[in-house]
Amino acid sequence: MLRFILRRLASGVVLIVVISTIAFALLYVGGGDIARRILGQTATAETVAQKTQQLGLNRPLYEQFVDWVSHAVVGDFGTSWFTGQEVIQAISSRVAVTLSLVIGATLISAIVAVLLGVWAARQRGWPDRLVQIISVLGFAIPGFLIALGLVIVFAINLGWFKPTGFVQFATSPSGWLSSITLPVIALAIGGIAGVAQQIRGSVIDALRQDYVRTLRSRGLSANRVIYKHVLRNAGGPALAVLAVQFVGLLGGAVIVEQVFAIPGLGQVAVTATNQGDIPLVMGLVVVTAVIVVVVNLVIDILQGFLNPKVRLS
Amino acid sequence: MPLPDPQLTPALEERAARVSLFRKLLKNPVGLIALIFLGLLVLSAIFAPLLAPADPNTASLQDVLASPGAAHPLGADSAGRDVLSRLLFATRFSLAGALLALVVAAVIGVIAGLIAGYFGKWFDSVSSWLAGLLMALPGIVVLLAARAVLGPSMWLSMAIFGVLLSPAFFRLVYASVSAVRNELYVDAARVAGLSDARIISRHILTVVRAPVIIQAAMIAGIAIAIQAGLDFLGLGDMSVPSWGSMLNDAFAKIYTNPDLMIWPASAIALTCIALTLLANVMRDELERTAGPVKRRKNRNRAAEAPVVKAAHLSTVGMATISEEERRLALEQPAASEPGEIVHPVVVHPDPEDGGRSSTGNPFGEELLSVRNLAVGYDQPDGSIKVVVNDVSLRVRRGEVHGLIGESGSGKTQTAWSVLRLLPDGGRVIDGSISFEGKDLAHATEKEMTKLRGAKIAYIPQEPMSNLDASFTIGSQLVEPMRVVLGLSKAEATKRALGLLERVGIPNPQRTFDAYPHEVSGGMAQRVLIAGAISCDPDLLIADEPTTALDVTVQAEVLSLLRELQAELNMGVILVTHNFGVVADLCDRVSVMRAGRIVETGPVRSIFAAPEHEYTKALFAAILEEGEARGELVVAQTEKEGLR
Repeated sequence: MLRFILRRLASGVVLIVVISTIAFALLYVGGGDIARRILGQTATAETVAQKTQQLGLNRPLYEQFVDWVSHAVVGDFGTSWFTGQEVIQAISSRVAVTLSLVIGATLISAIVAVLLGVWAARQRGWPDRLVQIISVLGFAIPGFLIALGLVIVFAINLGWFKPTGFVQFATSPSGWLSSITLPVIALAIGGIAGVAQQIRGSVIDALRQDYVRTLRSRGLSANRVIYKHVLRNAGGPALAVLAVQFVGLLGGAVIVEQVFAIPGLGQVAVTATNQGDIPLVMGLVVVTAVIVVVVNLVIDILQGFLNPKVRLS
Repeated sequence: MPLPDPQLTPALEERAARVSLFRKLLKNPVGLIALIFLGLLVLSAIFAPLLAPADPNTASLQDVLASPGAAHPLGADSAGRDVLSRLLFATRFSLAGALLALVVAAVIGVIAGLIAGYFGKWFDSVSSWLAGLLMALPGIVVLLAARAVLGPSMWLSMAIFGVLLSPAFFRLVYASVSAVRNELYVDAARVAGLSDARIISRHILTVVRAPVIIQAAMIAGIAIAIQAGLDFLGLGDMSVPSWGSMLNDAFAKIYTNPDLMIWPASAIALTCIALTLLANVMRDELERTAGPVKRRKNRNRAAEAPVVKAAHLSTVGMATISEEERRLALEQPAASEPGEIVHPVVVHPDPEDGGRSSTGNPFGEELLSVRNLAVGYDQPDGSIKVVVNDVSLRVRRGEVHGLIGESGSGKTQTAWSVLRLLPDGGRVIDGSISFEGKDLAHATEKEMTKLRGAKIAYIPQEPMSNLDASFTIGSQLVEPMRVVLGLSKAEATKRALGLLERVGIPNPQRTFDAYPHEVSGGMAQRVLIAGAISCDPDLLIADEPTTALDVTVQAEVLSLLRELQAELNMGVILVTHNFGVVADLCDRVSVMRAGRIVETGPVRSIFAAPEHEYTKALFAAILEEGEARGELVVAQTEKEGLR
């Protein structure tokens, strides 16, 4: 098991390194005259040259890269070109907000998807068709449209929630809960659609397995067999889908945060992108890659617990 | 927006791909509506300049937020631009953007997938790794990063998004191609001297065509969603009208004019839904075409069902069988081939004293009495496929009753119906199953759960698939004992170890801690036997318990079963297709064919004087390698009967 984890960890590190390298090359080479872009068209050639000098952009690319890497490995991604704030600080103060949205949405979609998927697989008939329809709609309609719909119905028309704004958990736990309810639902619906479909399929498959009959022949109830044995076996493929969903939700959060004016990574990303704040964008790419790698690692470890064969391979 | 799982669309058969998908779509109402909607969308995009009443970008101060009217059919936005005109031009740009992403993704993905799948080698590993890399990052983050450098260009971001989406095509094509590459007909084409290019275009492209089309519909939906998302964030090219930028504009007026959101939001949602539905319908239609082959396979495996009369009725095109017809079908002898003479059930009488078990004691009370049992499977068209017909048998305490017959004769179905564990759609349609005075044919699921394990136990045929691979062997033994017998974990563990030892497992603790894939088939079958007897059942149903084992192991398992049966004085139903096993273990035997019992009685008398043609044929089959078949049958049956 330890070797399995170490191998996954190693491939994750490689992934982060490759992504950082590619991103660095694209951002710094593709950016053209960066100082000119920061200062605007009216700036004199002299100030542009000065700015280039100041940002160290006149050095050879590999030198800049080595410089960036040597700082990045200790968590120093430089400072924002526009606000002067340290990149790591700008990101770390926001990352918790985004993660709480995404993790909350992932958990909710996992739970609801399991219930819906098992229900559809066991009842077949109309519940099955209903879950299929929900899945198609949830998959097809973009998350930000669902978010907008939720805002219009529940915040503006019904007034149950505040349409925008975010309350820190430390300030008021109930306010926090109320402020993230709609965003989490908006994100979760897409996740539910994908995972419920997967659970339904794997439960139908698992129910046909011989061991289900044998376990039931020993006096275990259908519910017990389904929730303990069938779900554990259906869990592997469902977790794989959940991992893909998580990455999708991370992207979806960028837009949903914008709809609800939530100060998460998405907001930083949009601002940094609009300004061309390359150190900040670079930091965001790396942090996202790290999150993705960590989540995949966690999912892989869970897979190992679910399926003893994975541990050996 | 998550990428669709490329594995969702399995490699479909070539035959399926050739059937005109388009014609089928037109026949499916959902597919037709989706196609019509998308068709209209494309037309309005093409003819936007003719249809639009005004220039989409001309702002007019006096028309700011104008209500729908003669000048502006759908009203005007916050800058006084005509909403209908913007919507029409936005359709143009949104569809064109999605198309660009789709083409880029398809070209890169399909070509790379073909090369990697067909030629393999280094390109295979590199491209698979790259595909994994691209899929690991959230697309929108990459797009944001790209925009930071390249500025707001819809065409550039859609081209980049196409690259990000290409793994969806790559994996699909790769999986299909590597599956086909080593097919015999591709080998044959290669041997025949066809060039690679020709093989790819003739044999391989036809296989991937349909899945690629389905994937394309999904990808187009995703591209539209992402593009709208980017524009909605205000990151798009603001000089170009698009659904996303219209939504962005409307969002700023969400409190005062929420109506403005309706048009762009509906356009995005309906287009995405139409594309997804189209993909789903295409997949369903393709699977339906490939369906019959699959179903035939399932029938053998899951239902093990001979097609008797009722099924004949349904297959010749009768939609449903009425009750009357069903009754007739049940009453009529199961003549599976026309002109065949069906013998009545041959019943050999019991000995005067009721017979004695292998230990020499008389049999105990009657445990199980099955009367006129019929088992059927509900078909999608409402008919019932009857797989067991008019079966009667009884088992006394201490008695071993063999059920013998060829595959598909209904013996396993009979066994499962006693446990009431028939596969999906199967049920007892007639007769009674009386066990210790209770009719199991009509017992509730709750009553059955109480009886299973505690009173009636089951040993399956295939040892490995009957153990849950995700749990240790020990936990699978302990769990039922805790539920059925109410033992504590420690007590149940102790008992499980004792049982493992009893069934002849050399190192019980090690097997207890092992996972199913870590033990041999013979060991696994012993574990299943231990599990079956763990709660002291009165009746044991063994479904071909030795068929899947090596010959040497078979003998050991059979003698274990004999010992346990005598020791626990159980009644046993032993399903088998092997007369040697019957001779070895059974007191009584029923010969089954095509869902019916054709001959039944004490083993001795049937072996001594088989009367039914089919029983005789089975005996003859034992000696297939002999030369003078006819005479040897008599000699062999006499010899066996004397045992």
